Amino acid sequence: MSDLLIIMKQELMVIVIIFFLLFVKLGKGMKNETLLPLIQILLLLQFIAGFFFNQTGQLFGDMFYTNGLIAFEKAILSFGVYLISLLSSDWLKQSKHMPEYFMLMLAALLGMDLLISSGNLLMFYLALELATIPIAAMANFDLEKKQSSEGAMKFILSAAFSSGILLFGISLIYGITGTISFAALSHQAVNSTLLILAFVFFFTAFGFKMSIVPFHLWTADVYQGSPIATTSFLSVISKGSVAFIFITILYKVFGQSETVWYWMLVVLSVATMLIGNLFALRQQNIKRFLAFSSIAQVGFILVAISGGYVVATSAVVYFILIYIFSNLAVFGVAEVITNATGRETINDYKGLYRTNPFLSWIMALAMFSLAGIPPTAGFFGKLMLLTAGSNSGNFWFILIAGLNMVISLYYYLIVVRAIFMDKNENPIAPIKISVMAKYGMILCAAGIILVGLIGKIYEYIQSLI
Amino acid sequence: MNLLLIIIIPFLTILFVLFSKTKEQVRWVSLVGSVTQLCISFTLLFLFNQERAAGNSVQMLFESNYKLFNSPNVNFHFGVDGISVAMILLTSFVLTAGVLVSWNIGNKEDKGPGLTKEFYFQLLFLAFGAYGFFISLDLFILFFFLEISVIPKYLLIGVWGSGKKEYSANKLALMLMGGSALILVGILVLYFNAGHTFDIIQLSQMQFSSQIQKIVFPLIFIGFGVFTALFPFHTWVPDGHSSAPTAGSMFLAGISMKLGGYGCIRVATYLLPEGAKEYANIIIVLSTIGILYGAFVTMMQKDLKYLNAYSSVSHVGFTLLGIGMLTQTAITGAMIQMVSHGVMTALFFAVIGMIYQRTHTRQINEMGGLMKVMPFIMTSFFIVGFCSLGLPGLSGFVAEMTVFVGSWENNDAFHRIATIAACMSIVVTAVYILRTIDKVAMGPILNHEFLKITDVKWNEKFAVILLIGGILAIGLVPEWLTNLLRPAAEIIMNRIKGN
Repeated sequence: MSDLLIIMKQELMVIVIIFFLLFVKLGKGMKNETLLPLIQILLLLQFIAGFFFNQTGQLFGDMFYTNGLIAFEKAILSFGVYLISLLSSDWLKQSKHMPEYFMLMLAALLGMDLLISSGNLLMFYLALELATIPIAAMANFDLEKKQSSEGAMKFILSAAFSSGILLFGISLIYGITGTISFAALSHQAVNSTLLILAFVFFFTAFGFKMSIVPFHLWTADVYQGSPIATTSFLSVISKGSVAFIFITILYKVFGQSETVWYWMLVVLSVATMLIGNLFALRQQNIKRFLAFSSIAQVGFILVAISGGYVVATSAVVYFILIYIFSNLAVFGVAEVITNATGRETINDYKGLYRTNPFLSWIMALAMFSLAGIPPTAGFFGKLMLLTAGSNSGNFWFILIAGLNMVISLYYYLIVVRAIFMDKNENPIAPIKISVMAKYGMILCAAGIILVGLIGKIYEYIQSLI
Repeated sequence: MNLLLIIIIPFLTILFVLFSKTKEQVRWVSLVGSVTQLCISFTLLFLFNQERAAGNSVQMLFESNYKLFNSPNVNFHFGVDGISVAMILLTSFVLTAGVLVSWNIGNKEDKGPGLTKEFYFQLLFLAFGAYGFFISLDLFILFFFLEISVIPKYLLIGVWGSGKKEYSANKLALMLMGGSALILVGILVLYFNAGHTFDIIQLSQMQFSSQIQKIVFPLIFIGFGVFTALFPFHTWVPDGHSSAPTAGSMFLAGISMKLGGYGCIRVATYLLPEGAKEYANIIIVLSTIGILYGAFVTMMQKDLKYLNAYSSVSHVGFTLLGIGMLTQTAITGAMIQMVSHGVMTALFFAVIGMIYQRTHTRQINEMGGLMKVMPFIMTSFFIVGFCSLGLPGLSGFVAEMTVFVGSWENNDAFHRIATIAACMSIVVTAVYILRTIDKVAMGPILNHEFLKITDVKWNEKFAVILLIGGILAIGLVPEWLTNLLRPAAEIIMNRIKGN
């Protein structure tokens, strides 16, 4: 029993928060102004809990297993949720259904935690569904907006479709090998044609979840339609968790058949980077822009994944940590501006520096971090990804990735240019930023500057593997 | 001397600037900071010479090492040799002059966007990156400091620039980033082939297979070549330099282009001697084209800033030519040219900035007789012009002469022809410089508005005197510089010769 409490502490704490919210909702209810800080404190506690009493262990047969690395990955995700709760506090406070929103978000987080910890295909599938379905409801949360419902509809359809493919892949795998346990599967080489087919189906489902080209088509519409809090959750937390489990599955479960999937990964990675970048060039809406930029970023993550388990894990975990700071900073600024003025295209940001220097610097810092320019952490993150990828000796691939960094710089600079250089007759008026959002942005900025320069963080991640 | 001082002082200056309240405070903090850096650079030079005189012949002096990452193996490994010391000195000269020249940014008469604090922040940040670059002995950290300058360059040109500034800023950032991408791949290949080390000293003791050298050398050389205006990757130079604000152009042409030259010598040629030998002829051809093309295009320019930007392409070509010639004298000449051109071009841009501020035009045709209204500025214009065309006694002569003498040491027809062709550019340089000086300084005053012009202010005077001092110091007593650079060139030559 005590084993259960310690091994599943992060999941259990999420469940406790969900139940707490449920009781609040069923009981007298609380004002959003008092409830929100309470939730934030609970989330922070849950995040901190990820650093104590970590041990390697298994539960429910081989359904659920955990170790220090997995606990750290979960902590990163929890921290992301905490940041979102800070950055979106204005929007959340106005919402009539804030407890429900948090319940949905935490349910999805619970699903992701279980996903990372899953030890067999059944658990994996269930956790993935738990991590997906609440997001559809979250996407639909701007109840007055048609676009929001449209986004949710697209999301649920594509999610259902990809689950179908995934289930098909899983059943084929079970049919051929007779097992669904990761440990048992790891001894099976993917050699028969049928098993390769099954693996491709499996891979496709990941493609949908991480929006790898050519399975990325849902991304932009869903990002644009959803409320920004949901979009940011979808783009960093959800993607991060799937990336974590993706590495584990590729190397721990299908590790023996690296020859089968290595080139698959390379081709998809190049396509993802290129298409994400090229489409991002022409976007005007900041959310669509970030959708394509995040597709391109996934391409870079795939570069690292191709490099081998140990280097890939450390580089990807490190990158996701940095990515959470950078991307959430952009979403935070966009959220504040959209909330205050309802404007969300890049053209609206013209001349922002004159009126809102604080927001402008945060945005610029985040953009440079996403583009991978030092001294921001994004530079170190990108370099770690490329270094991990070049471990396999395929330097042409790294060269392509490097040139893609140049393309991506172009569109990140478009935003910086709009903010600092372009003139605007009707710039966004000075915005009063609430304390919580400001605190969240400062946290992000601190993360962007410090995570790269403090080498100990990367060493800590490496020590966990 | 602890080399951390060289990057900590700029960093502290940046912090102090950020926390300054008024514009006046920002300016003085920047000035005090940059003068402190100047003093430290002189101290470094002094201590360096003292150590060498005492017989300490270790390749790198004042080494220090701080770990950043374990795997990949990245260290803040700092150390200096003669080139680094010279470049650090150059950086502090240009920075101090740049701070002085930008004194009126944010004043009433300044028509730009103002934002004094932001401007100085970017300028100091640029210098911070350059200092870090010149003392790094770890390729990862070197790359880090090289890339750091992208943000300030982009913003300096885009926000405080003139003309088609957004276009120029974008072009510059993207082209330099493209160069960096090539460098990045190159250093990753080296890292994995050398058994996981980024350390330049360790890498220099290894022999890479000639196949690897043949692949990696062009990557790294072209990558750094983009920074140093290697033909045909020079196209960002004219636009970038002419759109940037005065201090920005001074820094871009004076320091940022030298980052590339330094990288070509220190990383490409030094670490990959086989590759350098393999591609030397191509480098010579490209740099000769760059020198001649730059000189001829300069003849056609009507805008003073474009004039100096294209002439920079031509002059920096001598650095690359010197590297391509692969003799000790030529490489020493290349290094002298980096320092000399750095000071000279900074002064050139500073003077152009001053002229522009007073006449509000950069078109050569619209000027005339300025000698009568601003004698001090025009005298400096004469000096820098003569330095550019290689008058003996000024720094340009020493540098270019050394390159030519070094090139002549190769006694086959190809090298001789290339040398002669490059020499021809001096004639062209003389034509455009003399013609420009004639049109700008001499003759009747074309515009009666010009009669109201006042000569230099104190800050501009200091900046000009500082840089002219640099030019004369190299031109009249070049021994101190050649003695500093020759041992460094010798080490590189030894590696090329293979012992």
